[in-house]
Amino acid sequence: MVNYFNANKESIFKNSIFSAMNQTIRVAVIIPAYNEEASIASVVTAVHAASSDSIQLTPVVVNDCSKDSTKEIIWSLNCVALNLPINLGIGGAVQTGIKYAFDNGFDFCVQIDGDGQHPPQFIPVLEKELVANGWDVAIGSRYIEKEGFQSTFMRRTGIQYFQFLLKLITGENVTDSTSGMRMMNRKTMKLLYAYYPDEYPEPEALIIYNRNGLKFGEVPVLMNERMGGQSSIRGLGAVYYMFKVTIAIIFTYLRQ
Amino acid sequence: MERIQIIAIIGSLCFLGYVMWQIKKGKLREEYAFIWILSTFVLIVLSVWRNALEILAHSFGVIAPPNLLFAGALFAVLIYLLHLSLTVSKLQYENKTLAQELALLKQKIDKKEKV
Repeated sequence: MVNYFNANKESIFKNSIFSAMNQTIRVAVIIPAYNEEASIASVVTAVHAASSDSIQLTPVVVNDCSKDSTKEIIWSLNCVALNLPINLGIGGAVQTGIKYAFDNGFDFCVQIDGDGQHPPQFIPVLEKELVANGWDVAIGSRYIEKEGFQSTFMRRTGIQYFQFLLKLITGENVTDSTSGMRMMNRKTMKLLYAYYPDEYPEPEALIIYNRNGLKFGEVPVLMNERMGGQSSIRGLGAVYYMFKVTIAIIFTYLRQ
Repeated sequence: MERIQIIAIIGSLCFLGYVMWQIKKGKLREEYAFIWILSTFVLIVLSVWRNALEILAHSFGVIAPPNLLFAGALFAVLIYLLHLSLTVSKLQYENKTLAQELALLKQKIDKKEKV
């Protein structure tokens, strides 16, 4: 609690004084990793390559109790290594990164996948759009410009279903609700510090933003096909995913 | 007293003894023990006083008395299962928070060791 309070105070101080002096913007790049030994090193390298004097990117790798050598690899890399003692799932891992970013006074945090799907050079673009539009959250979308990796037909259909459901409930049009590439400000971090869904958090989080009066928008980005690993959403898992997310969206909407 | 009554009473008493032994060893929390002791008590009462079930069934308007027993038992089990699901959800949340806190603290220590 003490830490939390201090971090908050520190940030108010920073925002009021340093931003006026055009200081470097500090961004925590949260990379949740579960068995990503094949790709994690190149993702961290790419994050450093996208860092500049005006926008400083700090890779924060959250190792979600991987069974491979992810832990040893990230120890040798130039990054913040958070090793979870038990497997929490993607949501719990990302929340760990959000807690780190908030406690350590980062101006923004952004989530990118550990399998290399999200090119870090779009992070400064997300930041620029977030600030320019006065958003609290900026979401990288594959489907605005319809360029780059577009995923399979089944997945696009699922995403269109979520688009319909979200529009019905919130009135917002989100073309890529399952995109994990999201940048958020401290206001959003503080909100998600208290609650973030464990499994398949992305579509549900949009409802949380909407219900808490946060502004969000999408930015076109190019995504790659995954470099290694396998999607957790396949076969029967896909059916469960659709069901779980639908239930979660409806109940999250009813909660507040 | 009929044979089945004696068997039922001995069975219930053994169950009660087992529950109490677990509490004594500190393996079962009292709040959970309460419900088990209560249900064992109901079982003993029903085995000793055999007419009780029939009287109860009549007062509820149930024609076949065993149906009341099954319905009642099923309902109690469902409620208890719901309670357990709630407890598991709470434990999961607490477990998650602890794991995250641990990862953040370990990182702080690691950082000091690296320098």
